[in-house]
Amino acid sequence: MSVNKVYNRIESITGNVITVRATGVQYKELAQIKTRFGKSLAQVNKIEGDLVSLQVFAGGQGVSTGDEVRFLGREMRVSFSEDLLGRIFNGSGEPRDKGPALTDNMKPIGGPSVNPTKRILANRMMRTNIPMIDMFNTLVVSQKLPIFSISGEPYNQLLARIAMQAEADVIVLGGMGLKYDDFLYFKDALSKGGALSKTVMFVHTASDPTVECMMIPDMVLAVSEQFALQNKDVLVLLTDMTNFADAMKEIAITQEQVPSNRGYPGDLYSQLASRYEKAVDFANSGSVTVLAVTTMPGDDVTHPVPDNTGYITEGQYYLKGGRIEPFGSLSRLKQNVNSKTRKDHRALMDAMIRLYSSYKETLEKKNMGFSMSRWDEKLLKYGDLFESELMSLSVNLPLEEALDLGWKILADCFEKDETGIKSDLTDEFWPD
Amino acid sequence: MTENKGKVVSINGNLVSVEFDGNVSMNEICYVLVGNTALKSEVIRIKGNVAQVQVYEMTDGIKCGDEVEFTGDMLSADLGPGLLGQIYDGLQNPLPVLAEQAGWFLERGIYADGLDTEKKWEFTPTAAVGDVVRAGEYIGTVPEGPFTHKIFIPFYLLGNYTVKSIADKGGYTVKETVAVITDERGREIPLSMSFKWPVKRAVKCYSERLAPVETMETKVRLIDSFFPVAKGGTYCTPGPFGAGKTVLQHTTSKYADVDIVIIAACGERAGEVVETLTEFPELTDPKTGRSLMERTIIICNTSSMPVASREASVYTAVTLAEYYRQMGLHVLMLADSTSRWAQAMREMSGRLEEIPGEEAFPAYLESYIAAFYERAGYVRLPDGSNGSVTIGGTVSPAGGNFEEPVTQATLKVVGAFHGLSRERSDARKYPAIDPLISWSKYNSVIDKEKLEFCKGILHHGDEIGSMMKVVGEEGTTLEDYITYLKSEMLDAVYLQQNSFDLVEANCGKLRQRYVTDKLVCILGSDYALQSKDDARSYFNRMRQRFIDWNYTEFESDGFTKAESAIDELYREGDGNLSAPAEKLLKDGE
Repeated sequence: MSVNKVYNRIESITGNVITVRATGVQYKELAQIKTRFGKSLAQVNKIEGDLVSLQVFAGGQGVSTGDEVRFLGREMRVSFSEDLLGRIFNGSGEPRDKGPALTDNMKPIGGPSVNPTKRILANRMMRTNIPMIDMFNTLVVSQKLPIFSISGEPYNQLLARIAMQAEADVIVLGGMGLKYDDFLYFKDALSKGGALSKTVMFVHTASDPTVECMMIPDMVLAVSEQFALQNKDVLVLLTDMTNFADAMKEIAITQEQVPSNRGYPGDLYSQLASRYEKAVDFANSGSVTVLAVTTMPGDDVTHPVPDNTGYITEGQYYLKGGRIEPFGSLSRLKQNVNSKTRKDHRALMDAMIRLYSSYKETLEKKNMGFSMSRWDEKLLKYGDLFESELMSLSVNLPLEEALDLGWKILADCFEKDETGIKSDLTDEFWPD
Repeated sequence: MTENKGKVVSINGNLVSVEFDGNVSMNEICYVLVGNTALKSEVIRIKGNVAQVQVYEMTDGIKCGDEVEFTGDMLSADLGPGLLGQIYDGLQNPLPVLAEQAGWFLERGIYADGLDTEKKWEFTPTAAVGDVVRAGEYIGTVPEGPFTHKIFIPFYLLGNYTVKSIADKGGYTVKETVAVITDERGREIPLSMSFKWPVKRAVKCYSERLAPVETMETKVRLIDSFFPVAKGGTYCTPGPFGAGKTVLQHTTSKYADVDIVIIAACGERAGEVVETLTEFPELTDPKTGRSLMERTIIICNTSSMPVASREASVYTAVTLAEYYRQMGLHVLMLADSTSRWAQAMREMSGRLEEIPGEEAFPAYLESYIAAFYERAGYVRLPDGSNGSVTIGGTVSPAGGNFEEPVTQATLKVVGAFHGLSRERSDARKYPAIDPLISWSKYNSVIDKEKLEFCKGILHHGDEIGSMMKVVGEEGTTLEDYITYLKSEMLDAVYLQQNSFDLVEANCGKLRQRYVTDKLVCILGSDYALQSKDDARSYFNRMRQRFIDWNYTEFESDGFTKAESAIDELYREGDGNLSAPAEKLLKDGE
């Protein structure tokens, strides 16, 4: 064991990665490096004989070949207690607010995954009072869902609103590459909304070192898991996972790994999955639900980060033009809950989306200057009503009222048998 | 366990290099000792006295100089009674047993026997002393759930053997000796009811491989009628995320007309496995009337579980499938998703610093995929019975683009292609198999000519649809417009199917034939419709009645009633059967 063994010779410095000749070092062990700018943590990410590579949390800038490296004989950990609530930390677990550093009850981060046989079926709805979520793509406790969005969309506003309205005991927010303004916005919005006292934040801002960005999801999820084991329903909010992936890309390229797609490392899928899969509903205990913003460079859903994310998560919310788009958005777990809400929920949801899809086709025809049939006119009216009364992000309605409104919109535009809904439902719910 | 030992000399992710003395073989299993835990690993490259091993666990905490023990064995599966109903990880550790030992989390270094070694099975001998036996023949049986589980001469024994002694009828555990056989030189080999088989080798103890001609019903209309799968065949389901690959496989695993289903959840979501685990014990297998779980084995190596065992999981699954095939059973093996398996190979290839092929996949990707699908087949066994392994794999192409290497390599070797499309899933048209790009080389459950007739309407309707986008509805003739509506109706009432409704999801071949005849009649008729608005409203109503019909139990009163509602509407529209349709319906009788 190499506890507190000190080395004074750094062999190489490439980007944020340094190498040291050392023996008895463990894979993923932490070290502390003292530079002229202060102390920083570093983590072992490769060992070849006695040549040990470390990624330096504070970055490689200004590191000297003569700086002191001290191996700590342990892996990365995070303190866990109720004292975390209301606090803000950085990617190394140091306070970002004016509160004291926390060192009690240290828990390892990036731990093993949950045994699938110990999970229970996700079957509790998490209400948000946003109709495009509750009615069309219901969020379910223990679900993992990204919010796909292009830069400039109000995704952080949406995240903050969900944080304040969702039924969760604890909110853990992870910021990666967050603009400082957005950091302040979250702090402000959550404290105004009265949610700050049930919130823990781990924040890496755009000006902080890259390696710290990579630690944020693991810190956030380790803390969330602990809260969940204490019977709390935890909602994890991550923004923005694309920055996390870019940080991994940066380190991988620095270490001369063979890139797979657009420079991202070949294990991008596994890396993202091991984070998202921390979403869980423990039998007889709490749960972790994950919502993660993933910005899509150039609104391209086939970009490696949103693409791999989509295969991992249980659906996605697609934020476009300030609205959650019904196409492209999907909650895979909604079937587990929307049969128990109201019996018309599923059929109405499907019919409304199908008709909205026809509306989009009609709109295209109209824009090309074709004359509109009677059916087209009906669709156009329907599309307008749907967008203004249900889709707008400003709409705040409990699910039941949203369903009633849905029937009203259909009845305003169509005859019963034009909706494709089973007759016994239209007979019961069709407004007169 | 051999005496062969080594020492760790480098660590990079889950790739560890080990310096050894003595002999080490390729794909040999070894254990890296870290503190009190031993981490299972597999040798994947040997250079001089250094072996590179992929560790099936997280490698945190390993350091240079840590000891490594070589076992001399390749990665093997335990074969014997007690596999059915199990939930394994990729290395055949039963997950419920791990949960008993370790609790909530999959702590590393904890392994368990694939088979319950305590349980006694009721053995009935079928061979007699003096019988000459060969690998793949059986010497006795035990009942396992609804099946008669055969006790084989291990598949790895070459040549002829003579039964020297065999146990009486009675209860034995899988480890107890039930027979002793002697080889040609008189050497005695004791046999128990279980043995090991290396998962990466195909089991070939059959007399003959036959062509897959018998259709495997999945009860999904679009598959059984349009793009069928044969027993012993292979098929793939590529699709972008959210297009419904997993839901489709899930439906297939419930309703497929086979004896045994083996599900390999390979690098996908844990939640989906939980759904199966929750749902299956409650469902009944229509063939045996027993719990669906009794015919199912789940190999579950989800995305956050170690990547090296993900690579092993599809092989473990197909080995178990081959084992039950040897008993004369029809086995369906579903792999979700083969792309994750390919990515696992890519990750290791990258760490080995091999020269990358397309999209950094290793150059041997194609041959590995081909070899995997070739393990499917319809075979005649030594005792004259037939068995089959059908393999269905989902593919998750990057960006939903079917041009990528895994999809292309898979399409070369499978017999049916069910391509899922984003357009169809966005429009909530499930199953989202695109009828215009998918294909199958197997036999449909419906008459070939009727199938061609229906496909013709779909293609014609699609052409008119594209034309209409350019010239508009007013530029389309009424006749074309009606054809377009007919193709839309065919899509809505036959191709689309609600997999969450018990009646609708389980559409057998008799019903498919019956409904197709009705469709041929309706789609093959001319109507007295005066305008496009009339036509649209007429076919909307027809579609509605057809959907109501689909939700009724086959041949029930409701079914007859809903059918007469359709007939009534047909007469109302002055439906007049065209000559080609009339001929089709006559020929079919």
